[in-house]
Formats: sequence, C-alpha cells, structure tokens
Amino acid sequence: MSLMALRERLNVLVNSMFLEGLLDQQFRQLQMLQDASSPGFVAEVITLFCEDSERMLTELTKLLDQAVVDYQKVDAYVHQLKGSSSSVGAQNVKLACIQFKQFCEENNKEGCLSALNMVKHQYYSLRSKFDTMLQLEQRIQAYDSEQQN
Amino acid sequence: MAVDAEAQFHVLAVDDSLMDRKLIERLLKTSSFQVTTVDSGSKALEVLGLKEDQTSTSALSPEHNEIEVNLVITDYCMPGMTGYDLLKKIKESSSLKDIPVVIMSSENVPSRINRCLEEGAEEFFLKPVQLSDMRRLRPHILKGKYKEQQLHQEENSNTNHIIVGSSNNNTMSNKRKAMDEEVLSERTRLRFSSSSLNVI
Repeated sequence: MSLMALRERLNVLVNSMFLEGLLDQQFRQLQMLQDASSPGFVAEVITLFCEDSERMLTELTKLLDQAVVDYQKVDAYVHQLKGSSSSVGAQNVKLACIQFKQFCEENNKEGCLSALNMVKHQYYSLRSKFDTMLQLEQRIQAYDSEQQN
Repeated sequence: MAVDAEAQFHVLAVDDSLMDRKLIERLLKTSSFQVTTVDSGSKALEVLGLKEDQTSTSALSPEHNEIEVNLVITDYCMPGMTGYDLLKKIKESSSLKDIPVVIMSSENVPSRINRCLEEGAEEFFLKPVQLSDMRRLRPHILKGKYKEQQLHQEENSNTNHIIVGSSNNNTMSNKRKAMDEEVLSERTRLRFSSSSLNVI
C-alpha cells in the first residue's frame, strides 16, 4: 500500500474514533506534540496507557472478587485509571471510570462490578482500534525512514 | 548580569504516573525547557539537594549545586509525599523557598487549590495539562530571577541594606512575606526613579 493510502487509512480510523466518542480533544493535543524530534510519541503514550490500564483492570478484578471489598484501594485504582484515560484522550473509558467512582463512593458492590465490566468493554474496544492505529503508524514510519536513507 | 529571556530554564517535574511524566516531559521540551522527571516527592527533594529531614541544603551554596532547578511542577495526588507536602518542604527550606512551584491535579477542588496557593504555589494546573499552560511558566521563573537580581543589587549597594528571607521555619506567614516583597519593590521603584541606571 502506498504511503498516501496508509496515511489516509489512519486518518479515517482516527476520525471515526473521534466521532464515536472513543477519543476526545486531548488526543489531538498528543498528536500535536508529535514531531520530527519525537516521531514515536503518540505510539509510546498509547502503549503506556494500555500497559497501565490492563494492570489496573487486573487489580480491580481481584479486589472486587473479595468477600469484603476494600473500597479505598478500588477507588485509588479507579482514580489512576481515570487519570490515564483522561491524559490519553480516551473519552469513553474516562466516562466509565467516573461512573465507577460513583459506585465506589457509595460502597455499592453490584454497581462496582457492573461499572468494571463497562470500563473493560470500553477499554477493549479502544484497545483493538489502538492496535490497528499503531500498526498503521509503524508502516508509515517505515516508509518515512526508507525515504530518508 | 541581565537575565536572558531566551535562556533555557530547567524544570523538575514530579508525578507518580509514568504516562503523565512522559506527557509533561514532552510538553516542557516542546516549550524549550530542560526537563528532569522524578516519580516521587522524596526523589524530587534529592534532586534539589535536600534530604527529607533537612531544611537547608548541604554545605554547598546554591550557586554551586550541580543541578539548578528553575521551577518545580508537581502532581498533587501522589502516594507517600503529596505534591502539597513537597510544596511545603520547598517553601520551608531557606535555600529552596524562592523556586517557583506549580501544582497539577486531575480534580478541581477549590479548597485544595486555595490551600496550595496559600502555601506559596504559583499556579494550579488542571490535568490533562495543555501546551498553552506551558506559556504560563516562564513569567514565574523570570519574576523569581528578577527578584534575585534586585536582591543582589541591594546587597551590593552601600546605601540600602535589606535582609530578606531570614530564618523561617514556619515563623513567617505568607502575609508577612507578601508585605516584605512589597517593601522590597517599593524601594527598588524609588531607586529607579532617582537614577536612570541599572535598566534591565
């Protein structure tokens, strides 16, 4: 596929993610911060976000699996996840976290469990699109470095 | 000894989230700052040359520190030492208190913001921090350097002698500090009006 076609595909993908509410303006900020001196910035941030999020989702699942739930710990992880999703522009994930925090504050176990499922759902939807995005980015970068040599 | 407005200033960024550290580092570098990032308040104090239980840096005077930090930007919510605790330690230190400190937080809590501003924070940024927020940093650094210069000039002159920043350790309230600063600027204003020298 030509470089132009790759770029076009990436643009279409990212635009659709904005339209669907998966991403918000913060993601545009990240794109603006990527330039010649740090060509892999967006990819790096996305990768960190995914690693962080999956770690926290695992911990949250464990915590809510306990007979007696430690809501303070749950809240701390949800707070972190909310922060990361906000920093990367992952709008739907962030919104799901806000809902999660509510249930946590109410010490509502059922609510927390359903909120966790929602966060997971939103996260994995986003994750699969991020994967495609990163693959496209990589192929585009490969073209660019080829042309520079 | 004029302050070069284009000089590269060094910012110390403190955040326990790796993602946020990457982000703030990129924001700062894009805005032409030199950056050091650390993941905790205690590491920040180490970089600043202060051990947790000290109130002044070691025998080396500030000018001889290997790492000169012009501004500290820190997250509020961190495990262990919070950004507020770090702010307090910096403002309580005789050698570090003039370093401007900016607090970042993902939560917009007015009482929290006021508390930080009262403790001496220059600004409070809501996360996620934007590129446009970076423009607000330089004035705080320059303001501090300008004051520093004024101090040196005052110390060097034979006529006016001002002692600012005496032994603190919580005895100086922010109100009194604000008053001292007013007095200082008043005297410099008078000096400038009486002589046309020393234009920065």
